[in-house]
Amino acid sequence: MSAVATPSLTERAHEIRRTVLLMCRGRGQGYAGQGLGLADLFACLYFSELRASVDRFVLSTGHSAITLFAALHQQGVYELEELCTYGMDGSRIEESPLEGTPGFEITGGSLGQGLSQAVGMALGERLRGRDSRVYCLASDGELQEGQTWEACMAAGHHKLDNLVLFVDDNRMQADGATADVMNVEPVVDKLSAFGFAARRVDANSIDDVLAALDWAREQKGRPCGLVCSNLPGKGVPSFEVYAKVHYIRAPDDVWARALEELG
Amino acid sequence: MTVAVQSATVDAPFATALLELGRRREDVVVLSADLSKYTDVLPFAEEFPDRFFQVGMAEANMMGIAGGLAKTGFLPIAVTYGVFATRRAYDQVAMALSTGPSRGIVVAFLPGITTPFKATHQAIDDLALMRALPGMTVIDPADATELSAAVEFAVAAAGPVYIRGMRAVVPRLFDPARFELRAREVLTGGEIGLISTGLGCQWALEAAELLDGRASLLHVPVLKPLDVDAVCTYCARFDVVTTVENHSIAGGLGTAVSEAVAGRGMPTRVRRLGVPDRWAPAGSLDYIRRELALDAAGIAEAVR
Repeated sequence: MSAVATPSLTERAHEIRRTVLLMCRGRGQGYAGQGLGLADLFACLYFSELRASVDRFVLSTGHSAITLFAALHQQGVYELEELCTYGMDGSRIEESPLEGTPGFEITGGSLGQGLSQAVGMALGERLRGRDSRVYCLASDGELQEGQTWEACMAAGHHKLDNLVLFVDDNRMQADGATADVMNVEPVVDKLSAFGFAARRVDANSIDDVLAALDWAREQKGRPCGLVCSNLPGKGVPSFEVYAKVHYIRAPDDVWARALEELG
Repeated sequence: MTVAVQSATVDAPFATALLELGRRREDVVVLSADLSKYTDVLPFAEEFPDRFFQVGMAEANMMGIAGGLAKTGFLPIAVTYGVFATRRAYDQVAMALSTGPSRGIVVAFLPGITTPFKATHQAIDDLALMRALPGMTVIDPADATELSAAVEFAVAAAGPVYIRGMRAVVPRLFDPARFELRAREVLTGGEIGLISTGLGCQWALEAAELLDGRASLLHVPVLKPLDVDAVCTYCARFDVVTTVENHSIAGGLGTAVSEAVAGRGMPTRVRRLGVPDRWAPAGSLDYIRRELALDAAGIAEAVR
């Protein structure tokens, strides 16, 4: 399956990256680092894994909305013209949107809360007898919020095998490197201790992501945790080495060059 | 003159209201954070075990799980103590239950000074916190009749709702037959203007007995959205009105009435009786009321 899907998903991921850069270029700023780093994961999710109107995606890290907007563009939910108003006054393409914005199941962004809602959805879907699966993306920094672990405890307790947690292991947060601000490792061991089937994934490898999603679907009787290592700014070499990649504010020529680098 | 005020008690009215609701609506789910025995939810949990979620001692997580259940088409009712529902889980109530379009209901027990545990358990600021949330409906019932009506009111509402609960044996002041949850004059004709919410209704009635028929009383169970017309029409009859509430004088009924009166440019002065700007003492309800001059004699003295 992955041999056939890979080229197409690679193109999807590339298009997500291009859209992310165009969105940031509009106002000259945005969460480009996250958008670029997560593009491969979102390509696999939105163009391979998620079943339309069946499965649910919960974005806890509201700040990474740019990636979701870019993926939804390729699904026809948003026009590029509107996406280029990202973060502008009056635009619904907000940097951290609320529940009800098309494609956004919850109000994320007040970090550390999304997994609880994903647990609620997984319980709700199970109670309704549906085979829906719930996927939640939370950042490594969000693991510093105690509520994330309350939610992990509940997910393990209720043996929610219809729940997959992606930890966006980008190793950065607002004040610097995650390891320096407050070390969250060993994440795989911690999730395992809370009753998850957990493993590390190279989230910039489409093959590895697809294999991990296959593995996750095979896990029975417990939730799944995928620690998704990824490189912020991936695909744009000058961003990959940029220390302030957590939020990029730059003049137009920087964005033009980034688009050239992406190719 | 006293209107429709009774003196009886009802066993666990919230438990009954939840059961009736659960039988009528399959989409109602109830959540508890290790306080199911103390918040009258066990009958619901026993009859509908699939629709009852014990989340352990984790109120923030409970509000989030409630939000997730709401997004899969359920109507969640998260039940705990007022201090934990608000101070502990304020951001979660706001983000998971209140930004919409989905919504939830929060029922919060041990309102105000009805617990001996002092600052740790006395929810004296919950109404203020909940009133500040955009779109949140805030209800402080006076008795079993209003508590049951508040549950129905919340189910019929469009947005998130916060209800103060009362457990076990609850006094009944109002006749439940054809009862409507709204502001109502409980005492009329007196020249001393009182306004109450929640348990303040009972306290104001007790004070009125010491005032020889000179007190009027407007009782307001729904603090938000406030019935500004009813409040201001009532206040226009008095030079001074006195609010009586089982809550801090900051941000609750007294503040809401002040905002209403000031907003209309009315000259009526608002005197606020409630928990002053300090932590209330520990002890029995009678003792705390005496210490805060919220007993019948204290209230009567303040307004006489």
